[in-house]
Amino acid sequence: MSWAGDVSSLVDFFSTVLRLSTPIVFAALGGVLAERAGVFNVSLEGCILGGAFGAATGAYLLGTPVGGLVFGILFAAAIGCVLAGLAVGLGINQLVTGIAINILVLGLTSYLARLILGADATSTLPGFAPVAIPLLSSIPLIGPVLFNQDPLAYLMYLAVPLSYWFLYRTPWGLNVRAIGDYPVAADTVGVSVPGVRAICVITSCVLGGLGGCYLVLCQVFVFTENMSAGKGWIALAAVILGRWNPALVFVACIFFAFSEALQLRLQFNNPDVPYQLFSMVPFLASFVALVAFAGRVRPPAAIGTKYVRGGK
Amino acid sequence: MTAQGLRLEKISKTFGDFKALDGVDMTVPRGTVHAILGENGAGKTTLMNILYGLYQPDGGRILIDGAPQRITSPRRAMELGIGMIHQHLMLVETLTVVENVVLGLPGQGMRLSLAEHARKLEALAKSFGFDIDPHQEVWKLPMGMRQRVEILKVLYRDANLIILDEPTSVLAPSEVEGFLEGLRRLRAAGKTIIFISHKLDEVAAVADRVTVLRRGTVSADLAVAGTPPSEMARMMVGRDVVLTTLEKTSPTSDEVLVRIRDLKARDNRGNQALKGVSFDIRAGEILGVAGVDGNGQAELAEALTGLRQAEGGTVELSGEDVSAAGVYERRHRLGISFVPEDRHGTGLVLDLPVYQNAMIRDFRESPFSSGPMLRAASARKVAEDWVKRYDVRLQSVDQAIRFLSGGNQQKLIFAREVECRPRLLVIMQPCKGLDVGAIEAVHRTVLAERERGTAILYISTELEHILSVCDRVAVMCAGRITGIIAPEEATPERIGALIGGLEEEKVA
Ligand SMILES: Nc1ncnc2c1ncn2[C@@H]1O[C@H](COP(=O)(O)OP(=O)(O)OP(=O)(O)O)[C@@H](O)[C@H]1O
Ligand SMILES: [Mg+2]
Repeated sequence: MSWAGDVSSLVDFFSTVLRLSTPIVFAALGGVLAERAGVFNVSLEGCILGGAFGAATGAYLLGTPVGGLVFGILFAAAIGCVLAGLAVGLGINQLVTGIAINILVLGLTSYLARLILGADATSTLPGFAPVAIPLLSSIPLIGPVLFNQDPLAYLMYLAVPLSYWFLYRTPWGLNVRAIGDYPVAADTVGVSVPGVRAICVITSCVLGGLGGCYLVLCQVFVFTENMSAGKGWIALAAVILGRWNPALVFVACIFFAFSEALQLRLQFNNPDVPYQLFSMVPFLASFVALVAFAGRVRPPAAIGTKYVRGGK
Repeated sequence: MTAQGLRLEKISKTFGDFKALDGVDMTVPRGTVHAILGENGAGKTTLMNILYGLYQPDGGRILIDGAPQRITSPRRAMELGIGMIHQHLMLVETLTVVENVVLGLPGQGMRLSLAEHARKLEALAKSFGFDIDPHQEVWKLPMGMRQRVEILKVLYRDANLIILDEPTSVLAPSEVEGFLEGLRRLRAAGKTIIFISHKLDEVAAVADRVTVLRRGTVSADLAVAGTPPSEMARMMVGRDVVLTTLEKTSPTSDEVLVRIRDLKARDNRGNQALKGVSFDIRAGEILGVAGVDGNGQAELAEALTGLRQAEGGTVELSGEDVSAAGVYERRHRLGISFVPEDRHGTGLVLDLPVYQNAMIRDFRESPFSSGPMLRAASARKVAEDWVKRYDVRLQSVDQAIRFLSGGNQQKLIFAREVECRPRLLVIMQPCKGLDVGAIEAVHRTVLAERERGTAILYISTELEHILSVCDRVAVMCAGRITGIIAPEEATPERIGALIGGLEEEKVA
């Protein structure tokens, strides 16, 4: 059965790509921001999950998707505060802190979900409906794929150029880039290294949380245990593949989402083949991509290190 | 006493149980240039870091225009109108020149107007006689150019009190002239300037008063006019210093140890930086390389030591073609030693203790290791011995080398690269940041190596040093050697013409 042939199938396929990419894009942009400031944010996975849980709780308690969004952002911001306090403030190893947070969030959200959502856990939550943008959405192929989306997808469209603009076109972005590479230089011109890092880490976690909000409020409308399912880790890979540049990172995310969508298609169309075989596709693809684009990877030079003044 | 200006009263600073500063008093009236002299490790940088809010003093007061101030951070210092050029460059290498300059600049609003700042920066640079490309990334620039960027970064901020911690250590003499002229203009405009330098002639040329620090205390405070440089040197070191030519005893042998032919290499920007360089160095000969920084000297040193891939040409050592040898082989089997110009990036691992930095070149060999095991105790003993013989001022060899003063870090690198008894010693800007006494010591060491029969390539922008120790002087310009002459024949006109790129018939 051919699926590439007819347009509606194609629209369907690319819509899937976009849907799968949105949470990863949010998280990866967060990863870019934190790593550019010199802090590994391996807790992105936990942020997505935490954002998803917050969104579900908010939507359930307040009955509106906007309430869900607010709760999701707050929950992710709280995770960000913990990471910033431990990794930036106290200077505890950034990787260890991030991993600990992931484990903590996994347990905490599962527990709290049972406590708060209880028996209603499987009932559909209120969410955002797609909003077609007049005119644009009637362009063939592109229109239905790109401009018949929900509000959070539109927010994602904005977030990519906005991150790029922030990093490369504003004095704050310059501060962030300097701090990630050589924090002493920023310190000696009066930029607060821990301050900027803390803000970047918290914003980074909020972006990851938005990815989680999208999952619950725009995609599945329920919260399930560990529903982030590795998206945070894929986002981290996208950060590296995209060389810490928001535009390239976006492309990397689309690539990962594309291979995932392809994998789902193949599974659906070939029910006799064990599905595990196809599940490997995205990971093989990311492997191939990382090798193919290996080249000169130059992460921010000061990443992973705590900044202490008083050296020379 | 004028209330206008800066006053430091009884400033003290202790690191652990080491007194880096002990009751330092200093008065700098507004609109004057005040020099601070002192040996390596005397506490000059520490004092300035306190003034700039990077360190907190353990005792004493800072008064600005008569009002006591607590300077808790560089930001506070900047608010008080203080700007500082750091001894070790504070530049983000991945950013461009103009990005480094506007980093942290207050009042920029939301937009980064790089084009506009670049224009203003170029105008400022021109007024100081500097030539810079504002949109070049810093890692691609030669050290001299980076130092100019660091200077411009502070001048661009329009500070009232400007601290200059060894701002000219790698500038070319012609640039220094323009820079000193700029300082005089700043003084005329009412700015107060604190100027740290080991170059006494610079101090004599611009400073009004000078404070001499010795081991954390003020040993003299006097007007520059009427004090001869030799007197200043004596007060710094506490003894007479030989500033003139050192005696060379044995003549060089005839054995050609190093033969370089048509060496070509590219720089970090991908431009042809070495365009076919050829020369010989005999055993027991010091070949000096003079020229304005950034004319291929760094690439030459790196191509010789294997840190940079040569694109063409040959390197022969005792008749053996070693062009294909890697860094490890060159350093160990072939005995090439290297004192790099960038001591923080290339010469040292700043967070490792002194004794580990001492063993980092030959750690696989005795006495630093036996078999697969490192021998920390004997490495410490060796390091302690070097510290004594090379007069490295420190508290303990277990201290992270980051905390040594710049000059003392340099002495340790020097000890390491010379004590392994090399066949070819490549040294680049060896006296950068050294006090007059230490320069003398370094030159004695270099001459002792010469005596031993080592071939020495001495690359420096300090013409005077080159002329006083080298047997022959090669002048580089734009990736070529424009002439090789004997020091006796090196008249300022001739050297000037060669540095400017007018080729002579080669004497080599
Ligand atoms: N953070 C620190 N911890 C421990 N010791 C330090 C620290 N900073 C400086 N010192 C010590 O204080 C002394 C003074 O150092 P300082 O850098 O002020 O010297 P300096 O006069 O600037 O020398 P140079 O001419 O070599 O730059 C040195 O002995 C140095 O080892
Ligand atoms: Mg110093």
